Amino acid sequence: MINRIFLFLILGTIAVFASNAATSEAAKELNLSAIVMFLIFVGATLGITYWAAKRTKSAKDFYTAGGGITGFQNGMAIAGDYMSAASFLGISGLVYASGYDGLIYSIGFLVGWPVILFMIAEPLRNLGKYTFADVASYRLRQTPVRILAAFGSIITVVLYLIAQMVGSGKLIQLLFGLNYEIAVFIVGILMILYVTFGGMLATTWVQIIKAFLLLSGATFMSIAVMAHYDFNFGKLFAHAVELKDVSIMAPGNLVSDPVSAISLAVALIFGVAGLPHILMRFFTVSDAKEARKSVFYATGFIGYFYILTFIIGFGAIVMVLGKPEYLDLAKQAISGGQPILGGNNMAAIHLSHAVGGDFFLGFISAVAFATILAVVSGLTLAGASAISHDLYSSVIKKGQVDSITEMKVSKMATVALGIIAILLGIAFESQNIAFVVGLAFAIAASANFPILFLSMYWRGLTTRGAVIGGSMGLATAVVLLILGPAVWVDVLGNAKAIFPYKYPALFSMTVAFLATYFFSVTDKSDSAKEEKEKFEAQFIRAQTGIGAEGASSH
Amino acid sequence: MQKDIVEVVKNDPNYKELVAKRSSFAITLSIIILVVYFGFIMMIAYFPEVLGAPLSDGSVTTVGIPVGMGVIFFAFIITGIYTKRANGEFDDLNNKIKDKVKGM
Repeated sequence: MINRIFLFLILGTIAVFASNAATSEAAKELNLSAIVMFLIFVGATLGITYWAAKRTKSAKDFYTAGGGITGFQNGMAIAGDYMSAASFLGISGLVYASGYDGLIYSIGFLVGWPVILFMIAEPLRNLGKYTFADVASYRLRQTPVRILAAFGSIITVVLYLIAQMVGSGKLIQLLFGLNYEIAVFIVGILMILYVTFGGMLATTWVQIIKAFLLLSGATFMSIAVMAHYDFNFGKLFAHAVELKDVSIMAPGNLVSDPVSAISLAVALIFGVAGLPHILMRFFTVSDAKEARKSVFYATGFIGYFYILTFIIGFGAIVMVLGKPEYLDLAKQAISGGQPILGGNNMAAIHLSHAVGGDFFLGFISAVAFATILAVVSGLTLAGASAISHDLYSSVIKKGQVDSITEMKVSKMATVALGIIAILLGIAFESQNIAFVVGLAFAIAASANFPILFLSMYWRGLTTRGAVIGGSMGLATAVVLLILGPAVWVDVLGNAKAIFPYKYPALFSMTVAFLATYFFSVTDKSDSAKEEKEKFEAQFIRAQTGIGAEGASSH
Repeated sequence: MQKDIVEVVKNDPNYKELVAKRSSFAITLSIIILVVYFGFIMMIAYFPEVLGAPLSDGSVTTVGIPVGMGVIFFAFIITGIYTKRANGEFDDLNNKIKDKVKGM
């Protein structure tokens, strides 16, 4: 029965894809090699999903791939979650446009990882089962803490999904000549297939394969660029400066005032430690040792990837900028300069054509598409587990539910989230959504992270403190972002922002910590006393892993 | 977790050693990476000309390039340092603690 549905959906998707690609508007040339390579990727990943579906029998398999992923595999998957199409195209585009600023930006995304390793990874793995709410609510009252954590997770996931869906629709429209709605629809359907049938096992392997393809493609491009300059960075930079100007070698205006700079840094470092789809990956490995290895490998892959995007950005300056075949003549006629087709974010895509012709362009386009699929799958799984494990199983059913039912609810939640993602993707098509990822990071840093961190390390934390503090952090992040330049001016069109800084995390995270502290120490209830007494046993488990969830036996 | 396990572990000198050593190591490394990164950001905010200075006379490569790349390598190396010690020394201590309560 399931097999038949599966087959039907696959064939349906491919048919829609093929017919639409073949008949889509003539304005965009049909990118045949990209479509063929993408179909190969889809075929292979659906094969994996089929394999994974047979191994996904319980809720534990569904949420954590049975806990049997190795540190190396998980490191690759974490890196894959992080190397989204937005960071591949966005950061290389930023380097292409403003040089050194792109490097500054990417470094901000990397330094959160050592902090996660030193502070979060081990206790998270030792205390949790499926979601970070398991840890936050370990010794606190289940219902209020789970609701808050699930809410924080779902809102982060949905914001991130909007950004990914809109970005993917536009990218696929550009790369494959598909229309926007169809592109968003295909992403949504494939993601639902991967997650509902293959659970975490399929999601992880899709992510690993994509990370490998992306790193290979980016490595090839970087080598091709460097080969032109005898593998000498000095020569590459000298040529790029000649074509642009010397300002690309120094910090520009990415970081204008110190407060914004620190606030952005806070959001990036502590936001990563509060992203549910990243935290969830720590439950897929067998123990704390593998969790540590995961971060070590992930940091290596991500750091390497950012160095590649830097080379790719400079490569695009020397090999794409000013070349007539990549020039957007229509735009040039209006605004002058040398704009490239599809905007700066397409710099890496054009470079792939410049170094490897149509075939390699097809490969990189297919990889970009694959990247989107893999990232939205991880996000959806994290959102679905917050709904099924935290809200349904723990809050509504008070833990009195069997693993099979919980998995069913999780699959229904996946389908629902997939449909919501498709609808939101279509609804936000022409909206300015530049603030959305920033908001997701700000909420992760101001609601999810403080609660998680304090629950692990601070004996004095009580339910009242966690719930009020976390809610205030969340509310402050949202309000300050709306009153700040990113929404108040850029989206709502007001002349001057009420809150002067673009990044609220410094303030909202401080509010969360202070409020949590205040409402915990002033909590003199009996339950607060009990919660503090439970800290000792929790801390021992967090430190030693005694009593921690192991890998499943099969 | 059972009460008796908590009591045994709590009073185990290995446990005290593990917690003390690991906490101080993790806190030290966290402070180092945060100082390195926020130092880098403050440089950009207050002294951008330092990072924008040429590496040597007549070169277009600026001081900022090796510094930025250095931060990336440093982040990787410091995770390696922690992982190595934690997966070796700390896990050995941890196994001693676990052996003691095995079967309880």
